[in-house]
Amino acid sequence: MTDTLFVLFAVVSVGGAVGVVTGRSPVASLLFMVATLASLAGIYVLFEAHFLAAIQVLIYAGAIMVLFLFVIMLLNLGHDYRADLKFGSWSLLSVVVVGLTASVLVQGITGSEADDFGGHLADPAAAAAIDLAVAEKGAVGAIADPLFTDYVVAFEVIGLLLLVAIVAAVVLAKPRGGSEGA
Amino acid sequence: MLVPAIYLSAALFAIGTLGVIVRRNAIIIFLCIELQLNAVNLAFVALSRHVGIEGQIYVFFVMTVAAAEAAVGLAIIISIFRHYETVNVDKFNLLKW
Repeated sequence: MTDTLFVLFAVVSVGGAVGVVTGRSPVASLLFMVATLASLAGIYVLFEAHFLAAIQVLIYAGAIMVLFLFVIMLLNLGHDYRADLKFGSWSLLSVVVVGLTASVLVQGITGSEADDFGGHLADPAAAAAIDLAVAEKGAVGAIADPLFTDYVVAFEVIGLLLLVAIVAAVVLAKPRGGSEGA
Repeated sequence: MLVPAIYLSAALFAIGTLGVIVRRNAIIIFLCIELQLNAVNLAFVALSRHVGIEGQIYVFFVMTVAAAEAAVGLAIIISIFRHYETVNVDKFNLLKW
């Protein structure tokens, strides 16, 4: 059952990813992206990462994709159907770069596989520890507990980063001069 | 299920790279970068079952950085669009020699 669902979600996510690259209008690409993100959320559930699946749908498929959609609507790009794929020497370059990326990744994965992922693959202790934490503290508590103890500095810094990003976005998107008002 | 998930992650990352290279629309290039971030997130989540809960915490941080990056990047795209009236990256050549 789990394997069937995994294959289903994997096929949808790869199909969505191909749709993002080949989609003719930006809105179509965006909707393909939402399909990919939703199926990735399904895969997160299969890996027992329920909280991450929830924020994947809420933050990624919800907030960030709506932000993209707003920008597409604001700039009136929704009916931009001109093909914007680069061809010619670019297609050769893209084949080379993507082939190299894929071969490096596959080589790294087969290498780690031979190494049994540093001995972690056969070790069920980590999965048991996560399951125990989820059973004791709930899906949110299992992540929140280390987040607010071991990783609290990183958590505060990421809050600061978000504040900087908000200020930067407002400053960048504001019209120049300011004399023209809104 | 770990190894198929890692291969899926590699496939999504490669497709994202392809999109960044072959598209001209700045917003779609941005979407493809988000796709690459998600591919890495998938690898983190898959490995967290075998290494520990830290993998899921890193995914949390990656998502936050992705949100910040999307906000700033889209603001830059809006700012560029005001200037050039297009989001076609071939038209922005101010930094090109």
